[in-house]
Amino acid sequence: MRCWLFHSWKVLVALVLSGLALFEAQAQQIDALPRQTLTVAAYPAVDEIVKSALPLWNRLHPDVEVKVVSRQFTDHHTAMTTALSTSFYLPDVMALEVGYVGRFAQGGGLEDLSLEPYGIKSFQSHYVPYAFQQATNHKGAVVAAPSDIGPGTLLYRTDLLVKSGVSEADLTQSWDSYVAAGAKIKAATGAYLMAHARDMKDIVIRTGIKPGDGLYYDSQSNVLVTSPRFVRAFELARKVRQQKLDAKVLAWSNEWSEGFKRGTIATQMSGAWLSGHMNNWLAPSTRGLWRASQLPEHSFAAFGGTFFAIPKGVPAAHKQLAWQFIQLMTLNREVQLGAFKAQDAFPALIETYDDPFFEQPIEFLGGQKARVVWREAATHITAIAVHKQDSFADEVINTELDKVLDRGKDITVALADAQRLLKQRAYR
Amino acid sequence: MKIPYSLRMSPEMAPYVFLSPFVLLFLVFGVFPLLFSFYLAFQSWEPTSGLEAMKFVGLDNFAFALQDDWFWKSLKNTGWLAIVSGVPQHLVAIPLAYFIHSSFQGLRNVVVGAYFMPYITSTVAIAILFSSLFSTDYGLINVGLQMISHVPVLSWFMPQNPVDWLNDPDNIKPAISMIVFWRYVGFNVVLYLAALQTIPKDIYEAATMDGAGRLQQFWFITLPSLKPMIFFGVTLSVIGGLQLFEEPFILTGGRGGSDQAGMTTAIYLYRMAFDFNDFGAASAMSWLLFIVVALLTWMTNRLFRPRGPSV
Repeated sequence: MRCWLFHSWKVLVALVLSGLALFEAQAQQIDALPRQTLTVAAYPAVDEIVKSALPLWNRLHPDVEVKVVSRQFTDHHTAMTTALSTSFYLPDVMALEVGYVGRFAQGGGLEDLSLEPYGIKSFQSHYVPYAFQQATNHKGAVVAAPSDIGPGTLLYRTDLLVKSGVSEADLTQSWDSYVAAGAKIKAATGAYLMAHARDMKDIVIRTGIKPGDGLYYDSQSNVLVTSPRFVRAFELARKVRQQKLDAKVLAWSNEWSEGFKRGTIATQMSGAWLSGHMNNWLAPSTRGLWRASQLPEHSFAAFGGTFFAIPKGVPAAHKQLAWQFIQLMTLNREVQLGAFKAQDAFPALIETYDDPFFEQPIEFLGGQKARVVWREAATHITAIAVHKQDSFADEVINTELDKVLDRGKDITVALADAQRLLKQRAYR
Repeated sequence: MKIPYSLRMSPEMAPYVFLSPFVLLFLVFGVFPLLFSFYLAFQSWEPTSGLEAMKFVGLDNFAFALQDDWFWKSLKNTGWLAIVSGVPQHLVAIPLAYFIHSSFQGLRNVVVGAYFMPYITSTVAIAILFSSLFSTDYGLINVGLQMISHVPVLSWFMPQNPVDWLNDPDNIKPAISMIVFWRYVGFNVVLYLAALQTIPKDIYEAATMDGAGRLQQFWFITLPSLKPMIFFGVTLSVIGGLQLFEEPFILTGGRGGSDQAGMTTAIYLYRMAFDFNDFGAASAMSWLLFIVVALLTWMTNRLFRPRGPSV
């Protein structure tokens, strides 16, 4: 009897164990279903845009999980540089800011999306032309797909304009009329026309660039900084400083945001997205006082923009999926408009431009239908060829401008000095 | 509990096993980057194209660095900052340590702790705090100067307009020096306090009996006895000063400020690599900086090295 009981107990244990083993095997079978992971590296607020597109992606690709790796803006781009240089920890899709697209396009680390199996050129007409051009390098390779853009705009304080008897046309007619209007605003209200004379220089040097030329170098790496557009930009900036029309504060500094809050800065040239930042955190108390217009003297410029790219080192099996993901982010109307509405990410997809959202008044801009203004700007902007030394050149020009503005350095000498420095690195 | 024989470590292996965590980390994060940067200094490399894109260019990067105006400018900035922030650290720390040593008994640790606090505080927190203090229109430093300027006599020495600390090239370096001085003076005080405690009291007693005053005791006993520690402290300041990076980097938004007035060589190296994409030249410059640091350390050694039969 005792023996039987003992045996039955052993049988019970064996049954329980085998049951558990069966359950385990079934669970493993479920896990073994082909489930892939696509890694997307992004920075704020692109990470949020990607995350909000995930429900749609999961509906289309239930077997592919998307992992979003988010880092701060600079950290993200440093990490992408390191990942590309070593081919380690490469994401399947990387978000890139326009400045980095230009830099990375010089190297050979990103997939050429114009080749098969991507064939982005068949979608070229869907993208805003200048943004597509920005992703195309001098060899004709398209290294990224544009997701959002930053059409340039002039934001101005309508209350200060009214007080000084200045109209929007006075601001935008020409650069000279803009500066003259600034003098009136300063006299009547004490407010500065702009945060820094550099802001105006940045736009003026971008106007009148010959097709094929870059901002600082031409296609043969000849330096262009002594050309008339630089001379004019420096002269205008000097005029602004001499008349004390700029607050001498740089973007994103404490003084800059205080200037907006306190109404001491009357206008700001920037990307359309700035009005969103102003509304959300920079100067929400000034709601209703700002308006947006085109930049002075019919200038059109781009301020920032986001692109998605596929690194060459990604496993071949993931590349097709990565491309499908990029298509969803950049060519899907719903995703593009969702990002525009939630994060002020101005769409690079032209097909969204007929959406009624563009016609809606913006409360922060006193009910102005400003998106229509920006939509028009987006179609007029032209892409500027990128040179490897652009980032250095930018710094050199700003330094020389500071010397002209603060120390009274002669403009011709300043630009010649810049030319010498840029020449030294033209072919590095 | 007895460990099975098979799991026991042989006495010959034990030192290597115990040393291995450090050695491994040192090899990976110390030796490898050193050798790699030396290798890179002779290459031209577009980093985003991958490791295979490197091209041997001989001494090109070194030649470029030596002809580069900005490299020399950054070296000058670094030298200026190292001297202006470094020398006062020691000139203040030695008498201060002597004062704390001789005048504070019970409260000594609290006072030393207060001076040491900036040294152990995060550089980022310090730089952010100071960038707010140095703000031209709304910073406390300018508000303070403005208040002082209302005092009749003092107003002669005060600037009429708010000082643009972080955007005017003339003011960036003094602003950075102030922070570096404030941050490291406490560390030096601790060094000198430790050294002061090793000076035998009998010498001071004998000096007092011989009629030496406090100043004479400081000059003829304390200072000579501190010489080995001064050598150590100055060497640390020379090396630290020439590698200055974090404070100016954060204060100038990672760019080095207007006219690159706050751009130290360490910042320029970083920018050459990560902003201007020239890893080869950046590596060459880092080795040139190493030569400068080594030379100056050697000179410090020559200047402060304790001499005489006791060494």
